[in-house]
Amino acid sequence: MIRLILMRIGLGLLTLFVVSAVIFLLTQILPGDVASSVLGQNATPENLAAFRHELGLDQPALSRYLTWLWGVLHGDFGVALTNKRDIIQELAPRFRNTLFLAGYAALLALPISVGFGILAAVREGRLTDRVANILALICISMPEFFVGYLLILNFSVNHEYFPSLATVSSDTPFGERVWAVTLPAITMTLLVTAHMLRMTRNSVLAIMSTPYVEMAFLKGLTRGRVVTRHALPNAASPIISVIALNLAYLVVGVVVVENVFTYPGVGQYMIDAVTKRDVPVIEACGIVFASVFITLNTLADVLAIVLNPRLRHPR
Amino acid sequence: MTIFGQKAPATALVGLLIILLNVLVAVAGPMVAPYGETQVVGGGWDPSSATTWFGTDQIGRDMLTRLIYGARMTIGIAFVTTILSFFIGITLGLVAAVLGKWVDVVISRLVDVVLSIPLLIWALMILNVLGQSLTSLVLTIAFLDSTRVFRLSRALGINLVALDFVEVARMRGEGLWWIIGREVLPNAAAPLMSEFGLRFCFNFLFIAALSFLGLGVPLPYADWGGMVKDNVGGISFGLPAALYPAAAIAILTVGINLVVDWFLSIDARPSGAQAEM
Repeated sequence: MIRLILMRIGLGLLTLFVVSAVIFLLTQILPGDVASSVLGQNATPENLAAFRHELGLDQPALSRYLTWLWGVLHGDFGVALTNKRDIIQELAPRFRNTLFLAGYAALLALPISVGFGILAAVREGRLTDRVANILALICISMPEFFVGYLLILNFSVNHEYFPSLATVSSDTPFGERVWAVTLPAITMTLLVTAHMLRMTRNSVLAIMSTPYVEMAFLKGLTRGRVVTRHALPNAASPIISVIALNLAYLVVGVVVVENVFTYPGVGQYMIDAVTKRDVPVIEACGIVFASVFITLNTLADVLAIVLNPRLRHPR
Repeated sequence: MTIFGQKAPATALVGLLIILLNVLVAVAGPMVAPYGETQVVGGGWDPSSATTWFGTDQIGRDMLTRLIYGARMTIGIAFVTTILSFFIGITLGLVAAVLGKWVDVVISRLVDVVLSIPLLIWALMILNVLGQSLTSLVLTIAFLDSTRVFRLSRALGINLVALDFVEVARMRGEGLWWIIGREVLPNAAAPLMSEFGLRFCFNFLFIAALSFLGLGVPLPYADWGGMVKDNVGGISFGLPAALYPAAAIAILTVGINLVVDWFLSIDARPSGAQAEM
């Protein structure tokens, strides 16, 4: 089992390495000459050469990649083209903000989705199940910005319960921060809850069609007891991987939500960089999102291996 | 009411109605729109009235007209993208399934790399390189989305390739494209159909989100995501203009999802515990 887990973690690291190479290729080598696009048409040849040297563009691609990767591994993402500041200094507090928002949303979403998912499975086909299903479907279908602006219009413009802009800085006190982030967190909760609810319900129902559950029913047990005592322990591992996948989704879902609420997180930073064509920042944000996503996916697989003995033996 | 010999629940009928209405509006477009696409009919963010049912947008164009023209653009682009994505995805998926060996390994690993980080992050980076145009938007999303279609069609293909009739066709000496087109594809068509609905929803929301972020459909076309972005300034004054296009996106997606949900439930009704009486 240890070997299998180590192999899975190794695979995750390998994926991350390949993804970093693709990101570098995509952002640095394909677009042609970054220097001339930054300096514009007024650049003299001497200016261009100097700027290229400053960015290290006169080096061969492979050595540039290795230098960049070495820097990233040591927390050095280089400097932003637009304001010449160290990217890491801007990225670190924003990353904490993003994690705070995602964590808050997860805290709201987990109990609701797993609870109602199981409830919907227990009452399959009845009113509770149908209502939960349709509500989940509607939530999945709504774009993040629709939910976000609906909440802003109702709860911060028409009734001033919450601030419409979730602008926080590093010295915002904790209580105020929670209050400011509540609306974005609710927006994200609605989205992932629907996914998690449907998947929880389906994995419980998949277990419900197995012979041992049929046996439990034939013994005369009530539906509630069959679900909680017989089906749920076996449904636990798919539910846990669903949760891990949705947490990964949360970290990405922040991109749009952060822009709706102008919340200073990594997502907003990345969109800002894309509109300004600030390549080093785009790379840094890309690699941060990629590592979080791949880490959570790897974690989901490792947990599945630990929890489900059937996955421990490679076929 | 029954459709194709299956009893459709009320939710599916509502979904069908929404889709029909949207397609009708998108096709009829200029014929039903009360004003011209860029015609200014009033002040900025006028409230709704008898002449402008949904009020006006930030520079005084009729919101209803913009919504109707936007339907064309938004639905059209998502549709083209999904078709392209299915063409790429199914071709590669079935080629990988039928040829197997190193072809399968190479394509599958590449797809794994693409799917190992969120598609939105890829889209942001690719669009940064390609620049903002309708073509690059459609190509980027179609390419990214085709990886998901690839996964499904490859899985379906591998199950079918193991069956006798494919073996027989191979022994008859049929070529790769005959096997894909005449033996495998017709048998994989049903699950791919409901996948089409899901992928369309996904692409539709994806493009709307990109337009909202200012990286999607470029100016001067009217599209729902971009209209939300243009009108958000009104929100802080309590003006709901930005919510109309956003609601239009939500309603169409709900409609498609309702129908797809029904399709899926025909295919595999959750069997529950059959012994429960």
